[in-house]
Amino acid sequence: MISPKIKKSLKENITSYAFLVPWLLGFLILTLYPMIYSLYLSFTDFNILQPPKWVGLKNFIIMFGGNDQHLGDERFLNSLFITLKYVFVSVPLKLIFALLVAVLMTNKLRLVPLYRTLYYIPTLLGGSVAIAVLWRRMFAGDGLVNLILGLVGFENLPSWISNPKYAMFTLVLLAVWQFGSPMIIFLAGLQQIPKEYYEASSVDGAGKVRQFFAITLPCLSPIIFFNFIMQMIGAFQSFTQAFIVSGGSGGPLDSTMFYSLYLYIKGFGFSEMGYASAMAWVLLIIIASLTAISFKISNTLVSYGGEG
Amino acid sequence: MSKSLKENTFWINAVIIIIGLGMLYPVLWLISASFKEANTIFTDPGLIPRPFTLQNYVKGWEGIGIVGFGTFFKNSFVISGLCVIANVIFCSITAYAFARLEFKGKKFWFAIMLITMMLPGHVTTIPRYIMFRNFGWVNSILPMVVPKFFATDAFFIFLLVQFIRGLPKELDESARIDGCGKFGIYIRIIVPLTIPALITTMIFTFLWTWDDFFNHLLYLTSPEKYTVSMGLRLFLDATGISSWGSMFAMSVLSLVPCLVLFFSLQKYFVKGIATTGIKG
Repeated sequence: MISPKIKKSLKENITSYAFLVPWLLGFLILTLYPMIYSLYLSFTDFNILQPPKWVGLKNFIIMFGGNDQHLGDERFLNSLFITLKYVFVSVPLKLIFALLVAVLMTNKLRLVPLYRTLYYIPTLLGGSVAIAVLWRRMFAGDGLVNLILGLVGFENLPSWISNPKYAMFTLVLLAVWQFGSPMIIFLAGLQQIPKEYYEASSVDGAGKVRQFFAITLPCLSPIIFFNFIMQMIGAFQSFTQAFIVSGGSGGPLDSTMFYSLYLYIKGFGFSEMGYASAMAWVLLIIIASLTAISFKISNTLVSYGGEG
Repeated sequence: MSKSLKENTFWINAVIIIIGLGMLYPVLWLISASFKEANTIFTDPGLIPRPFTLQNYVKGWEGIGIVGFGTFFKNSFVISGLCVIANVIFCSITAYAFARLEFKGKKFWFAIMLITMMLPGHVTTIPRYIMFRNFGWVNSILPMVVPKFFATDAFFIFLLVQFIRGLPKELDESARIDGCGKFGIYIRIIVPLTIPALITTMIFTFLWTWDDFFNHLLYLTSPEKYTVSMGLRLFLDATGISSWGSMFAMSVLSLVPCLVLFFSLQKYFVKGIATTGIKG
């Protein structure tokens, strides 16, 4: 016989778990199982029509085979390099802009709610196909940007999106343009910093710049760090903008071939689903290690001071 | 306020407004260009369409071939609407379990949930595609909608857990004494009190599913099933350089639902972003 007490706790557990059932099923069927399956696929050749064929580490060797023409996938290394460049240029720039504008706004301006709205609009709209289309058109040879640059006297302007030297730059600009969301978070964070800190330091004769580096930056560092991680994870997965701006090709000359775009082209364009799965796992490992490294570094840079 | 401080404030305001308008200029230009005639679109950087025309909207709305933008908008609204409903119900039920109920293994599952939040979607993309293909779900809305009924957007679960933890537990207790069960407490106490967080969930679910392109590209194969984002892309490819006016007009229309949502529910946006650090 089960004692009434155990029976009661069992019932307690079962009724509680009932609330968790949808999420639990979703996790097992739509996350855990696909992860295990894609790990398996990454060691196979698989074109969806025939059953997967085990090939061991071949996919990974091809990815990192370097310049060996028969083995290496230069397009992969190029896309990885381009994506890293995109992430580590656009994310810091975005956060720097967000922080600078947020600091400008904290000077007790009455219009802050209006400004928040104004600056959030690019973030609100920036992820859409519509804005990517606009970008493609704006940075074309006869687009808006060159029209304006022409009016102020520049000549022989390039077509930004069809020049491999500049195409990536337009996408970085599109990302930085959307600094509104971290800006709002920084604004909220700035309001949490006790005013006494600033008062005390100005009594000691510290100027605005000194205060920024000695008070604002350290107090905000946990928030900056959190935003860096989230933005980095997001930036690694950028897809829509590069797809639309390059017309789905990652061009010109693979200069906008983001990791996600190459994964899509490999998996669904060429039906190399084993290879694409291997790419997905490499991305997961890269993101996880960069996050771990960031946490390591943050231990020395980020201050989680008691009150501050 | 001293004179120099006043002057300072003026200049700071001026700088912020100028940067802000500079940032908005491309969007404003897009809107104005959608009302311009073909011959002035790319020669006039100004924001006032002269002459003013609605032709772009009329022509754009017809879409390509037999499928018009009306269909694309309907499809997008159906997908986003269902996702919003599913996320609100299932993310909040899950959040309630994590925040208020006691069960074995709670810490473990909660940690798992947090990890799934950081997981890049790519590792599940291909197996999910194979699975949905085997179900015969390709070229239907099911691959976009069904996962939401299983609370796969961990992000919103986390947001709601944080919110529910901030509610006083005494309310649950008194409801229990009044004879409410676990579900009763959820419906009568938790749901009404989490409405602000539920609205944040609705807003961002709508925005992200409305703007989604990757999944639509994978799963929607025939134009009559296309969403607005796919419709725009089809329009771009099919018409090329010939009809930028209509292209811009439909782009502007595709942004309208997001703008309406934003301006009518602004305070929930700011709260949602500031308290949870929602990614942009």
